[in-house]
Amino acid sequence: MKPSQKTTVIATTVLLLCMAASVLLLFRIDRLRSNATLEEVLYISSPKALKRMSLGYDGLLADIYWTRAVQYFGAKHHAGAKSYNLLAPLLQITTTLDPHLIVAYQYGGNFLAPEPPNGSGMPQAAVDLVKYGIKHNPEDWRLYYQLGFIYYMELHDYQHAAEAFARGAQVPGAHPFLRILAGQMADKSGNRQTARMMWATTFETTNDKSIKYNAAAHLRALQAEDEVTALETLVARYRETTGHPPASFAEMNAAEWLHGIPVDPLGHPYKLTPDGHVELAVPDDFPFVTRGLPPDFVPPEAPRVLPTD
Amino acid sequence: MNSRIGLIAANTFREAVRDRVLYNLIAFALLMSGASILVGQISIDIERLVVVNLGLTAVSLFGIVIAIFIGIGLVSKEIDRRTLYTVLSRPVRRWEFIVGKFVGLAGTLVVNTFFMAIGVFGALLYVAHHFQASDKWLLVALYFIVLQFLIITSLALLFSSFSSPLMSAVFAFSMFVVGTFAEDLRGFAGMATGVARWLATGAAYLVPNFSALNVISSVAHEQPVSGHLMLYNTAYALIYTTMAICGAVLIFERRNLK
Amino acid sequence: MAAIEILGLEKTYAVGFWRKRPKCALRPLHLTVEEGEIFGFLGPNGAGKTTTLKMLMGLVFPSGGTAKILGMKIGDPRMQAQIGFLPEQPYFYDYLTARELLEYFAGLSGVPAKERSSRAAEMLVRVGLKDAGDVQLRKFSKGMLQRVGIAQAILHQPKVVFFDEPMSGLDPMGRREVRDLMDQLRQEGRTVFFSTHILSDAEALCDRVAIINLGELQGVGAVADLTSSVENNVEIIWQGTSIPQSLRALGAECHVAGDTVRAIVREANQDAAIEALRRERARLISVVPVRTSLEDYFVQKLKPAEAAAGVRR
Repeated sequence: MKPSQKTTVIATTVLLLCMAASVLLLFRIDRLRSNATLEEVLYISSPKALKRMSLGYDGLLADIYWTRAVQYFGAKHHAGAKSYNLLAPLLQITTTLDPHLIVAYQYGGNFLAPEPPNGSGMPQAAVDLVKYGIKHNPEDWRLYYQLGFIYYMELHDYQHAAEAFARGAQVPGAHPFLRILAGQMADKSGNRQTARMMWATTFETTNDKSIKYNAAAHLRALQAEDEVTALETLVARYRETTGHPPASFAEMNAAEWLHGIPVDPLGHPYKLTPDGHVELAVPDDFPFVTRGLPPDFVPPEAPRVLPTD
Repeated sequence: MNSRIGLIAANTFREAVRDRVLYNLIAFALLMSGASILVGQISIDIERLVVVNLGLTAVSLFGIVIAIFIGIGLVSKEIDRRTLYTVLSRPVRRWEFIVGKFVGLAGTLVVNTFFMAIGVFGALLYVAHHFQASDKWLLVALYFIVLQFLIITSLALLFSSFSSPLMSAVFAFSMFVVGTFAEDLRGFAGMATGVARWLATGAAYLVPNFSALNVISSVAHEQPVSGHLMLYNTAYALIYTTMAICGAVLIFERRNLK
Repeated sequence: MAAIEILGLEKTYAVGFWRKRPKCALRPLHLTVEEGEIFGFLGPNGAGKTTTLKMLMGLVFPSGGTAKILGMKIGDPRMQAQIGFLPEQPYFYDYLTARELLEYFAGLSGVPAKERSSRAAEMLVRVGLKDAGDVQLRKFSKGMLQRVGIAQAILHQPKVVFFDEPMSGLDPMGRREVRDLMDQLRQEGRTVFFSTHILSDAEALCDRVAIINLGELQGVGAVADLTSSVENNVEIIWQGTSIPQSLRALGAECHVAGDTVRAIVREANQDAAIEALRRERARLISVVPVRTSLEDYFVQKLKPAEAAAGVRR
C-alpha cells in the first residue's frame, strides 16, 4: 500500500491555490486596514499603562511602535498628505516604552514640528517630546541640539535656542558646531549660513535615512538659494556695467563674467529670464527652496522621488 | 464518507466535552468577565470600556489556549496511545480522520465561545444596565475571535500530524504571537533589504493574519466594523484553515504509524 | 480465493539520528492463508510479527512487495469493511464507555445506524462484558480491555479477523474463553490470523502456522506436519530397577522411579531397544510414541538462526 495518489494530488492543488488566494486577500485586507491598527493608538489614553501591560517586553513593543511611526509618516508623506495626526501619539508611546530610543526624538524634531505637508505642524509637541528625551538622557548632546533646532527653525525662539545649544555644548563629546550655533543665535535674522550649519549637523549626526534625506534636501535648497542670489547679483552688475541685460549665461561666459554655464546642485543649468531673474530648471526637485522659483510656480501635490546624496 | 466524518467529529466533540481541563478554562474566562466589573468600577466613565476590553480579551486568549491544548492532542495523542490503530484499520480514509477531527474541535470552540460570550454580555448588562445599538459590534468582534480559533486549530492540527504534543503546542503558540503582529511584520519586510527582505516577506505572508481579526479596541470604543472587512476576513480564515488542513492531510497520509 | 496473500512484503527502517543506518524489520515474506482456517503467526518478540500485521492493516507502508486480503489491495475500503483488527495491548478512548466505543466503531465500519446499539449489546454479551457496558473504559482492567478489543474486531461480522497477541494479559480462564471464541469464529466460516509467542495456544488452535524469526520466515505448514518432521521419540516403560548397558549404548534417556524404569529412545532405535529389554527378560509395561511439541520444533528451527545471527552480530 502506498499513500493515496488521488488524495495527494487534490490536497497539494488545493493547498497551493489557497496559498495564492490568501496572499491576494492579504493585499486587500491590508489596504482596507491601512490605518486601523494605527488609529488604535488614539485609544491608548495612557502610554504608561501600556508599558506596564507589556510585561517587560517594552523594548520590543517600542521597536514595533517606532516601525509603525516611520511607516505611517513615510507612506502618508509619499502620498502628499496634509495632516499627520497620529505621528505625535505614536512617538509619545514609543518613547514612553523606551525612553532611550534617541532616533525617535530626532524623528520628532524633524517631522513633528514643520508645517504640513512636510510635517505634523506641531512644534510645541516636538519640544515637549525632546524635553522628555533630555530628562531621560541628559548626557546625550544630540537631544540638546535637536531642541535648539526646533526652537530656531520652527518657533523662531532664538533665546531658547541659544540656551539649548549652550547646554548641549557643555556635554562631553558634543559636536563643535554647538558652541558656534549658540553664539550665532544672537543674529536674529535667521541667515542662511546658520541654517546650513544646522542642516549639515543634522545630516552628520543621525543614521536614520529619512532624516538624512530630509536634511540633504534642505541643504540643496539652501545651496540653490545662495547660487540664485549670487547669480542675480552678478546679472545686475553686468547690466549696470554693460548697459544691457545679458541674453543668456552663454553671453556672460563669453564675456568672461562666468566660467562655464552655471548648474544647480542637481546638475541642471539655471535659466536666465529676460528681466534678470534666475530660475531653477526643475523647481519640483527642490522642495524647500524659496528663491529661483518661476512666478506662476505651484508646488506639486506629492513629493517626488529625488536623487539621494 | 460524510457519515464517517460526522462520526469522527461527534466523537471529538464528545472527547472535548468530557475533558475536565475545558471546564476549568471556561470557568477562568467567566471569572475574568466578572473581574472586569470590579476593575471597571475604579473609574466610572470607563466601566463599559473595561468590560468589553477585558472580557473579549479573556475570551480570545482562553479560547486560543483551549484550541491549542486540545488541538495538539488531536493526532499526536492518538498515535501515542495507539487508539488510532483500530480506527484506521476500518474503512476510514486518513483524510476523513483529519477533517473529522477538525470539525469536532471547531464545533467545540464555537460552543465554548458561546458560553464565554454570555459571560461578557452578562457583565456588560450589569455595568451598563441596558444594551445599546453599538453593542452589536461586539458580536462581530466575537465572530472574528471564532475565526481566529479556526485558524489556530487548523495549525495545531497541522503541527500535531508530525510532531509531539509539546512541540506542537510551542509551534502553534508561536504562530499566534507572530500572527498578532503580522501587519507589522509586513511593514518591516517592506523596509528591509537583501536576504532579510525575502525571508521577512515570505514569513509575513505565510503567518496567519491575526492582527486584522482583532477589533476589540475599536469595538470597545463603539466603532463600527466595515462590511468589506468582515467579508475579507471570513474568506481569509476559511482559505487559511483549508490550507493548513491540506498540509495536515498530506503529512498524515504519509505517516508510518510505528 | 485465498483469504490472505502476502507477496513479498518487506520493511526496512532507517535508524539513527545523523547517519541513518537501515534496519531490516521484515525480509520479503511470502505467505498464503486459506479461507476458513485459523492461522498462527509465531515468533519470539521482535521477530517482525507486529510489523507484518501493521503493513496488512495499512498503518505502515511496506518498503517492497504487496499483499491482498480477500482478493483486494491493502487499504481498499471495501476490503477494510470486511476485516477486523485487534492490536497488541490495545488502548481505547478512555472517556467513552464500552457501549459507546462499540457503537462508534460500528458506525465507522458501515453498520447501519439502527443496528448499531443492538450489535454493540450483542457483542458485549458475547465477550462477557454484559454488566460493564456503561462503565468508562478508563476504569477497565487489562483483561476487560482485551475483551472490548475482541468485540470491536468482530462486531461488523468481518470475513477475516487479525489478532496481535490476543492472549496477552489474560488469566487462564480468559485465555480459554478467547480460544473458544476463535474456534467459534472458525465454525462461522471466518478466517482468523493471529500472532503469538505462546506456542501451546497455537498448537491447540491452529490449522496451520508460520514461524518467523529476526524478520525471516523459518517454516510454514500444518502443525502435525511440522512436528512430525522432527525426529520422533518413543517412550518405553518396564518393570525393573536397573538400566541395561545395551540401552545406554543406544543413547536412551533413562529414569528410575520406584520399581519402574522409563526410557526415551529415538523411534529408529525402538526395535533395538525392545530387543535389548527382551534379552534382559524385562517385563515391558508400555511402549508409546511421544509427540514432539511445537515448542521443540520452534526451538530447533530457531537455534541455527540465532546462532548464525550471533556470529553475524
